[in-house]
Amino acid sequence: MSSALAFQTAAQLSDQLAARQMSAVELAQACLAQVRATDGRINAFLSLDEADILAQARESDARRAAGQARSPLDGVPVGLKDVIAVRNQPLTCGSRMLEKFVSPYDATAALGLKNAGAVLFGRLNMDEFAMGSSTENSAYKTTANPWDTSRIPGGSSGGSAAAVAAGQVPVSLGSDTGGSIRQPASLCGIVGLKPTYGLISRYGLVAYASSLDQIGPFGHTVEDVAMTLQTIAGHDEKDSTSFRTEIPDYRAALAQRRGPWKLGVPKEYFGEGLAPEVRASVEQAIAWYRAQGCEIREVSLPHTEYAVSAYYIIATAEASSNLARYDGIRYTHRSAKSTDAIDIYHHSRAEGFGPEVKRRIILGTYVLSSGYYDAYYGRAQKVRTLIRQDFLDAFREVDALLTPTSPTVAFKKGEKTANPLEMYLADIFTISLNLAGLPGVSVPCGFSPEGLPIGLQIVGRPFQEAELLAIAHAYERAHDFNTKHPAL
Amino acid sequence: MPDTPNNVDIDYVASLARLALTPEEKATFSRQLGDVLAYIEKLKQADVSGVEPTAHAFDVHNVWAADVPAPGLSVEDALRNAPAQRDNMISVPKVVE
Repeated sequence: MSSALAFQTAAQLSDQLAARQMSAVELAQACLAQVRATDGRINAFLSLDEADILAQARESDARRAAGQARSPLDGVPVGLKDVIAVRNQPLTCGSRMLEKFVSPYDATAALGLKNAGAVLFGRLNMDEFAMGSSTENSAYKTTANPWDTSRIPGGSSGGSAAAVAAGQVPVSLGSDTGGSIRQPASLCGIVGLKPTYGLISRYGLVAYASSLDQIGPFGHTVEDVAMTLQTIAGHDEKDSTSFRTEIPDYRAALAQRRGPWKLGVPKEYFGEGLAPEVRASVEQAIAWYRAQGCEIREVSLPHTEYAVSAYYIIATAEASSNLARYDGIRYTHRSAKSTDAIDIYHHSRAEGFGPEVKRRIILGTYVLSSGYYDAYYGRAQKVRTLIRQDFLDAFREVDALLTPTSPTVAFKKGEKTANPLEMYLADIFTISLNLAGLPGVSVPCGFSPEGLPIGLQIVGRPFQEAELLAIAHAYERAHDFNTKHPAL
Repeated sequence: MPDTPNNVDIDYVASLARLALTPEEKATFSRQLGDVLAYIEKLKQADVSGVEPTAHAFDVHNVWAADVPAPGLSVEDALRNAPAQRDNMISVPKVVE
């Protein structure tokens, strides 16, 4: 869709479908053409079921012809990170462990999209089991950043971000445990939202760290993200941690809520390690809000320096427990080397998991093991309380916080693969929100001198996504960063 | 913390995790985990006296569901991903002699 359709927003495509200027089948074919034209270089997709996509599009056209379109997203293609189950589709999680797995049921978020009439469009690449910040931990392929194919797209939802940034699909879903939606959105120059923990059901989202994981949307605009969020938000009996809360009309709220807002700037997010070009762009964004009449206050989140440590204890501990299910017995790869039942576990896991997953399972097992539990896991949970309290204190003074999303622009492929700790520090501005359960959105706020996108992270109060998205939307509509696209 | 970094008993931890590691993996992971654990030592500096642990960001209480039978996965769906099966069951090597 080099053509007129690539890079159009879901809202624009939705209007054209409603006006019968094109059919859902034509739109799906245009997206397929863009994938064919660009994915040899981008490698965003792990699989794509063309026949199924076109069948969904035909059903959408039939509904529309009968005057029964289900939502503004009816007929709009949505890509899914390969960690969200869709019945009868693959679900590899970027792992050899699940190479042949076919989902027997739909994730609740996938069902939400189906109920809205969206066309579920392909399975998007990711770091294995969502562990990583560059998508280089996929067992299958390395996704490229569409702005510079020698660089990584971020991770772990790198395929979901790159597919939107490359104009292959207008919107997509990812998952965010420590920054896996916001960081790739920032590095690929698009909008990505991690909702409040519990806003979206995790049923059918393959678990990494259950107390931190959350599904969320990517799009070119805040409006597209709001429209997509609408279809997947809400309580679900199948996930007892999903919250009973009223779901507002997120798209309508963008126009209704106009500020001015009180916005906090946490000083701990502007220290050492922040690249100068990122600092400059984020400071300009802060200045813009001030010029609009928003009150800007410096705030302090004093326990920020402990966040990465607490996160890598809690996340790996939960992962070591969650990933125990991949045992070679019921639905995974089974090693041919095994001779007895216990041996099956050891060898199937050795063959099925890649290095980063093994590393995190070992770390998580270690911090939970007898004698170390209190010193590591117990202490990390207490620090989590302190980190959360920092945010709640700040939100007594301000409506939202403004920070960089990522300390740097997209780095080169291979640059950090040899040093896991350095890779972990790529999440330094995003992981606190997962520990605190808060919503955060990354919106494009500039480009580095070499033309790489920079993202502004806006942090909201729990379950106040409508306000958060309105704050992001106000900035976006006054700037044109999101209308620039990579030359492919 | 009770341990100085770099002395993770990798064989013991790998056996707890039911994960066969090659000698190369053991060497690499020991070194890398030593680096990560050294970094995590920072947590020692946080004053957590009197602080309650957080398991979940929001209060999650036990959720009761009505005990009503409902259809689950069909046998076919439940077995479609099994690495080996026989007579509607997952087959595994002999567990008891």
